[in-house]
Amino acid sequence: MSCFLSNSSLGKKLVMSVTGAFLVLFILFHMSMNITAIISPEAYNMICALLGANWYALAGTAVLALGVLVHFIYAVILTLNNYKARGSQRYAVTVQEPGVAWASKNMLVLGFIILGGLLIHLFNFWSKMQLVEIMGGHVNSLGYSPADGAALIAYTFSKWYYVVIYLVWFFALWFHLTHGVWSMFQTVGWANDTWYPRLKCIANIVATIVFLGFAAVVLVYFFCPCIAGVC
Amino acid sequence: MNFTLKIWRQKDAKSKGAFESYKVENISADTSFLEMLDILNNNLIHEGKEPVAFDHDCREGICGMCSLHIDGQAHGPSQGATTCQIYMRKFRDGATITIEPWRSAAFPVIKDLVVNRSAYDQILQAGGFISVRTNSVPDANAIPIPQADAEESMDAAACVGCGACAATCKNGSAMLFVAARVSSLAKLPQGRVEGARRAKAMVAKMDELGFGNCTNTGACQAECPKQISIAHIARLNREFLSAKFED
Repeated sequence: MSCFLSNSSLGKKLVMSVTGAFLVLFILFHMSMNITAIISPEAYNMICALLGANWYALAGTAVLALGVLVHFIYAVILTLNNYKARGSQRYAVTVQEPGVAWASKNMLVLGFIILGGLLIHLFNFWSKMQLVEIMGGHVNSLGYSPADGAALIAYTFSKWYYVVIYLVWFFALWFHLTHGVWSMFQTVGWANDTWYPRLKCIANIVATIVFLGFAAVVLVYFFCPCIAGVC
Repeated sequence: MNFTLKIWRQKDAKSKGAFESYKVENISADTSFLEMLDILNNNLIHEGKEPVAFDHDCREGICGMCSLHIDGQAHGPSQGATTCQIYMRKFRDGATITIEPWRSAAFPVIKDLVVNRSAYDQILQAGGFISVRTNSVPDANAIPIPQADAEESMDAAACVGCGACAATCKNGSAMLFVAARVSSLAKLPQGRVEGARRAKAMVAKMDELGFGNCTNTGACQAECPKQISIAHIARLNREFLSAKFED
């Protein structure tokens, strides 16, 4: 079985589907956590304290990193494979086929934008929070406590360019999810003609909720920085 | 009607091809696309030039032999029709029409617009059949089959194996073809028996022949002349994964 997950085209797609589903669940969890920062910065900081350098948060981070890594590596392998299968001679004339979503043909490009955003995000937050605790520090490079996530959000999104970068990032994620969410059902075979409109609708709803949830925190902290007591 | 044709010419599999332009004039609007190419070839033969090689057979839309990527679309501008079913009235008078062969690594060009599609035959040989004794014809009602299942099976069996799916797919994936074959047999009791072995064998052969991986764009069903749904791909995924997990 380990064989077909790495050798067969459908096995590799199954890995993409399962890791994708895992990452969608994580993103929904992360978004819910972020919303807390708008409602109550104190409650948000409590969650940040819970997710410090303790064994369960570290184990969760490791599994998450593995999920991202596997999803990314398989995406690259599959795309290289597909590029080869298409052949060296390309069509001189192509048209956009009816009913084919732009996102479905640009998942790798969107994935790279998402990965770029993720690296910036790890630098902005993870390296100043959990990493500081792992290294045994009590104050991050900005002078905040590693568990003071609300202050970090306020600091980051006081800068207009981070607001723009994060919004572009969320927009790429929105596109990626509009195809990815229904596609993971198709890949495991849980789809048919009756369910395609429903699954695509669910995918659009999930993608939009994720976009609005994340964007809300960025915009609220940009326009009302006093929310975290950092004026 | 008058047209300028931009046609891919390639001497053989090893030669480098290029586009060449030809003019065809006084074409009736009711001429089929392939008849228009016949007229062009007649002209070329009279001029002492090499005619354009292209695949065709029944010219009734049921054999799956015709191909051609016309103005960026497999089987040209009509929905749910093969190239032989397209008439010149679909095109604007005076238009320039670009005609290319299928482009996919698994379908190498043999000459001009003709590609080698034997990869599909090899996939079929791997498992696209049922193993039964071929004695006398059994009674039609001996095995009751629900109408909905029979319809779904027939929808999948409408696949003519023309290769438009793999030729259209940006990944060069043959999934719609394999799915149609697997699905048409999986929905019938006679085919059900070998369902697991069939799905595994055909997918393995598809991978071995260098076809790409499906990314669920749905371009194949949009261009399929028989309008085969990607729901059959979902069934193939189910068939394959459940067979693998039962191993």
